[in-house]
Amino acid sequence: MKSFSPPLKISTPRAAPRLLWPLVALALIFAVDGIISPHFFAIRIVEGRLFGNLVDIVYRATPIAIVALGMAIVIGTKGIDLSVGAIIAIVGATLDWRIHMGDPHLLALAIALAAGVACGLWNGLLVAVLDIQPIIATLILMVSGRGVGLMINLIYGGSDPSFESPLLQGLSTGHIGLIPTRILVGIGLWIALWALVRRTALGLFLEAVGANPKAAELAGVEARAIKWAAYVISGFMAAAAGVILTADTHTSDPVSIGLYSELDAILAVVIGGGSLNGGRIYLLGAVLGAVVIQALTTSILTSGLPPEYNLVVKAGVVLVVLLLQSARTRAAVARLATGRKR
Amino acid sequence: MTARIEIVAAAKTYPGVRALDDVDFHVAAGEVHALLGENGAGKSTLIKIMTGAATADAGELRLDGRPMRFASPADARAAGVGAVYQEVNLVPTLTVTENLALGRLPRRFGLVDWRAARVQARLRLRKLGVEIDVERPLGVYSIAIQQLVAIARALDEDTSVLVLDEPTASLDAAETARLLDIVRELKGQGLAIVFISHFLDQVYAIADRLTVLRNGRRVGVGTPQEIPPAKLVPLMLGRELEAVERARAAGQTHTGEPILVAQGLGKTRVMAPFDLTLHPGEAVGLSGLLGAGRTESAKLIFGALRADSGSLKIAGEKINPSPRASLARGIAFCPEDRKAEGIFAELSIRENIAIALQSKRGWLKALSRAEQDRLASEMIEALGIATPDAEKPVGQLSGGNQQKAVLARALVSDPRVLILDEPTRGIDVGAHAEIVALIRRLAGQGLAVLVASSELEELIAVSDRVAVLRDRAFVGELSGADINQQTIMRTIAAP
Repeated sequence: MKSFSPPLKISTPRAAPRLLWPLVALALIFAVDGIISPHFFAIRIVEGRLFGNLVDIVYRATPIAIVALGMAIVIGTKGIDLSVGAIIAIVGATLDWRIHMGDPHLLALAIALAAGVACGLWNGLLVAVLDIQPIIATLILMVSGRGVGLMINLIYGGSDPSFESPLLQGLSTGHIGLIPTRILVGIGLWIALWALVRRTALGLFLEAVGANPKAAELAGVEARAIKWAAYVISGFMAAAAGVILTADTHTSDPVSIGLYSELDAILAVVIGGGSLNGGRIYLLGAVLGAVVIQALTTSILTSGLPPEYNLVVKAGVVLVVLLLQSARTRAAVARLATGRKR
Repeated sequence: MTARIEIVAAAKTYPGVRALDDVDFHVAAGEVHALLGENGAGKSTLIKIMTGAATADAGELRLDGRPMRFASPADARAAGVGAVYQEVNLVPTLTVTENLALGRLPRRFGLVDWRAARVQARLRLRKLGVEIDVERPLGVYSIAIQQLVAIARALDEDTSVLVLDEPTASLDAAETARLLDIVRELKGQGLAIVFISHFLDQVYAIADRLTVLRNGRRVGVGTPQEIPPAKLVPLMLGRELEAVERARAAGQTHTGEPILVAQGLGKTRVMAPFDLTLHPGEAVGLSGLLGAGRTESAKLIFGALRADSGSLKIAGEKINPSPRASLARGIAFCPEDRKAEGIFAELSIRENIAIALQSKRGWLKALSRAEQDRLASEMIEALGIATPDAEKPVGQLSGGNQQKAVLARALVSDPRVLILDEPTRGIDVGAHAEIVALIRRLAGQGLAVLVASSELEELIAVSDRVAVLRDRAFVGELSGADINQQTIMRTIAAP
């Protein structure tokens, strides 16, 4: 018996399917949103800036997207960085401390970013030089980092860890023309990172180290330095996100700032097509993954579903996205579909 | 002589490979029977059939004359066939008792009787003359002890056939002697023992009979007296002695400034110190049996293994060999084990080819995409890599094409010295000839080429000189008319 229609065959170029699934997920989320509330996609201009759910999603996704970009680099080397949330806390505390010390705010910003780089250097030292498994090595800072943040708060008494800074708040919550500044900062960092890995050979080396460290060494790649660089990049990106988040609340709150951001970032990378087996870095995918996660959160909140449902619904949707990506599930679904036709 | 275990006319085909072809193999009780052959000769397949890890496509397996069919290693064990593999497949984090009891835990009232297990473990080890604390994790003991524990595990009350696959590979001389004593002891108890080792001296010290395999066929069987080393080596390497020799221009010797000089380069327990000189335009072969130290010497020169003695000079400059330093000075290396050390499976052919040249230039001077595309398509063309395009991940190519991609990587790094370890392994016959021709052409263009190979014909075809290795030492160097099968094999086998 011939089937009436040929089975659906997706023979897109190799790069496409990777981005296809997160895009499909995003489209599905938006489709549900559109049904529930017809005004979901409305974008207005309020007080000289863009306003609406879509803008809000990108705005809120930006810090996680920035962290996920760094995470994508580390995961590309077959590593993982669990300490990014702790780095955010340390960076926030450092920023607050330097401002309380009366540093010019630009200098305070530079010192805060340097603190993130220092955290990355520490992680890299453990992983690349001392050869500790990445999950354990970065767990050390993950556990201790928030404590370090609290200790930094103590330097200036810690009684009132809030601050005012037009410069930093401008970066975080301000807008340039119609567009929120942090989105522009995020895009700027993305482009800069893309140029760093794709306009130089760094990306190739990172991926080579992730795919086969022994072969990379034999091909003359300094695997140790390359791995180290990955953690430094991740530390810097987490620091940038930390500045945005800290300036948003203009206070240093090491206990809860950026909580679970390491998990969101890892999830974003995986939704964006990255594999924890290493060997490939997809920056655009990581950004898209962060947007998917935030779209989901925002949608649940605007749908009128009790917020208590948030985490479980989120987990369910993420599971579906990952199943869509799994070659095995797709093969099984295809078998089922063709089996039913016969 | 009645055979304890007997394989008759066994055949086994894997996709694309005829692993065994009409092979007979008998081992009598109280006999140590050595199984010999180079990589890919069919030894592993034969063992797998004996131990139930694989089933033959054709032929018969008999135990004490009864036809048997092993569906799994457990079947084989139950029938009395025990095996110890090259890599000790025990669990180093478990205790010795647990390792010995795994899969056959003594039980009492439905619970594991650990006391009985400990007693059994001590008993089994005492039979082999081993007295150790069985409560400590296996990993704290030396490899030699672990090897003996593995043997103890393979020996049940009713074990009548014992297969030992390279049991001495990681043992030193004293440990080896002890292990061989134990093998003799077991033989005296009437076990049928299959002994596999690439150390010929051990084989001749212990074997009652030898079976030689080559390319899946049995090419020889007899006592050590009937097959002395001088006869064994040609059988293993398998060349008709009147094979075609390369027409060699007389007096083709290379003099003048050498490009590479190794003096007393060596590494303890890995490779005895050796000297080697390479001139531009010269191809030098490294010959020897499996385990003779071909790969090790190639890696010492490239710096992939750190030498602990001797020195290396490139173009007169003394260097501290490391892959980076070597590449920077124009030495390229093409490893034998392409899966573990060669390919980046997830990366494209283009990236796999470009990476050595790229790392030589440093990360800041990225090769443009156009440049990478050009290099990749040139190499795909030149080496005949079968692929629709250069963007295909290398992991999706066939073995031979992966090998070509690794070779291409070495070639585009613009080397002055090219070190190739088994450059034609897993490559089809046509490509084989192309690569041999390519090596000659590269030497003709002034490159110094060092080829480590198990294939004599290949070495004879490409080499201006051949260094011969035996048991991890250089034992001779041949040049000119001496580069022929007889002389090389005689040098390999010479006592």
